[in-house]
Amino acid sequence: MKSFTYERPGSPAEAAAAVARTPNAKFIAGGTNLLDLMKLQIETPAHLVDVNALGLDTIEPTPEGGLRVGALVRNTDLAADARVRKDYGVLSRALLAGASGQLRNKATTAGNLLQRTRCPYFYDTAQACNKRQPGSGCSALDGISRQLAVIGASEACIATHPGDMAVAMRVLDATVETVDAKGATRKIAIADFHRLPGDTPQIETALKPGELITAVTLPKPLGGTHIYRKVRDRASYAYALVSVAAVVQPDGSGRVAFGGVAPKPWRVEAAETDMARGAKAVTDKVFAGAKPTHENAYKLKLAERTLTAAITEARA
Amino acid sequence: MTGPGDFDLNRRELVAGGSAAAALTSLPRGAHAETTSMDRPTRMKVSLTVNGQRRDLELDTRTSLLDAAREHLHLTGSKKGCDHGQCGACTMIVDGRRINACLTLAVMHQGAEITTIEGLGQPDTLHPMQAAFVKHDGYQCGYCTPGQICSGVAVLAEIKAGIPSHVTADLNAASQVTEAEIRERMSGNICRCGAYSNIVEAITEVAGRPA
Repeated sequence: MKSFTYERPGSPAEAAAAVARTPNAKFIAGGTNLLDLMKLQIETPAHLVDVNALGLDTIEPTPEGGLRVGALVRNTDLAADARVRKDYGVLSRALLAGASGQLRNKATTAGNLLQRTRCPYFYDTAQACNKRQPGSGCSALDGISRQLAVIGASEACIATHPGDMAVAMRVLDATVETVDAKGATRKIAIADFHRLPGDTPQIETALKPGELITAVTLPKPLGGTHIYRKVRDRASYAYALVSVAAVVQPDGSGRVAFGGVAPKPWRVEAAETDMARGAKAVTDKVFAGAKPTHENAYKLKLAERTLTAAITEARA
Repeated sequence: MTGPGDFDLNRRELVAGGSAAAALTSLPRGAHAETTSMDRPTRMKVSLTVNGQRRDLELDTRTSLLDAAREHLHLTGSKKGCDHGQCGACTMIVDGRRINACLTLAVMHQGAEITTIEGLGQPDTLHPMQAAFVKHDGYQCGYCTPGQICSGVAVLAEIKAGIPSHVTADLNAASQVTEAEIRERMSGNICRCGAYSNIVEAITEVAGRPA
């Protein structure tokens, strides 16, 4: 690991200012992804701004009837919150399907949104990777791509967003709240938060340098049956091959977002009008234009079948 | 002061320095030769309460909580398996929560209360979970065991505190101590010898249910 200086500022705006003014600085919260990448010298910050003492760790009701989740609320605490379990079950389920108990105790709401891909070529510094080293190429295109994206990717990058939580946030239409170095705040719809790779896969989110996530807001509860169904290589503690976050209403209508298939949580609202007609009608539209590799084309069928299972579970 | 721990530290620093020098000769295109940051580690003071004792340290900011315990406090019960949060051998209980001590920096834990396997119990005053692992043969080689035991203690506390898991059938009901719950919640602790069934029996016994 490269050496770095470290500071613990007292307010979100000070933290944003500290990252903005220091070359090659990064925020650190749970650290479970950043430190892993620093050990491998994939991330090499020269300065760490520890945001753990900023508060931002409460879950409060909003005037609109939703919940405002502080950026530093740990995954364990968000999943276990009684209001989340009752009204946003898909979010609780998605969090509990991710990582291990130890990691969920450390990992934060904001950090989970910002986690980097687990594409093996991103992790292997001997391989070409446009995300890790822009312009170096993409070893995954002709490599082992079984886990990688089938849609939304580009010639420069076929990595997936690895998370579960963000898929549930997407189906719930959450909003990301931020503050920048000047103290200015803004709100970013979760749909616009993660970027598709295009020819700049190293830019993964809509955040500007030094912009700090302060909270994620959930709109008022949707009702319905909440399901998060994750298919993976082992029963626990593995990334999704395909996951489905669904909220299904008693009349069969609903919403669905997919994980493990794209560089961001993948949701096509226009396909949801077909929810009552069954999974295939939905996935035909959701995955229109998909460009799977020979190794990951199975994900298209798996997505359809996983949605079938989710709809069946919702009707049971 | 010299001791086995000091030797370990010196040997690791030597290895780290050697690989850093090797890396400099083969930098990929566009990489910066950050010799200054490699030459000048940043040191910081941090105070931790480890197993009930206040410990004041001055550490390289890069020092993980695990390395602080093992190399600086000579508490070598916590093990370094993968050093990437995948195996759970480093599990400690920090401010009441189990975490991977390898994936957090010591300097991030100013004032924290840390319990390692040494703090749970000693050979003549075993924690009930340690005694149950002995009784049920919850190990073979023993390398993952300190992490398994710290995790097991925390798992029972998590169930008691009403924290749900992936296998909890009803999110709005309290979780029970079942084999499925224990197995799911212990999935962050890998046992290369495969002592899982005995580990589940040990944890189940401590939970107060027949194995």
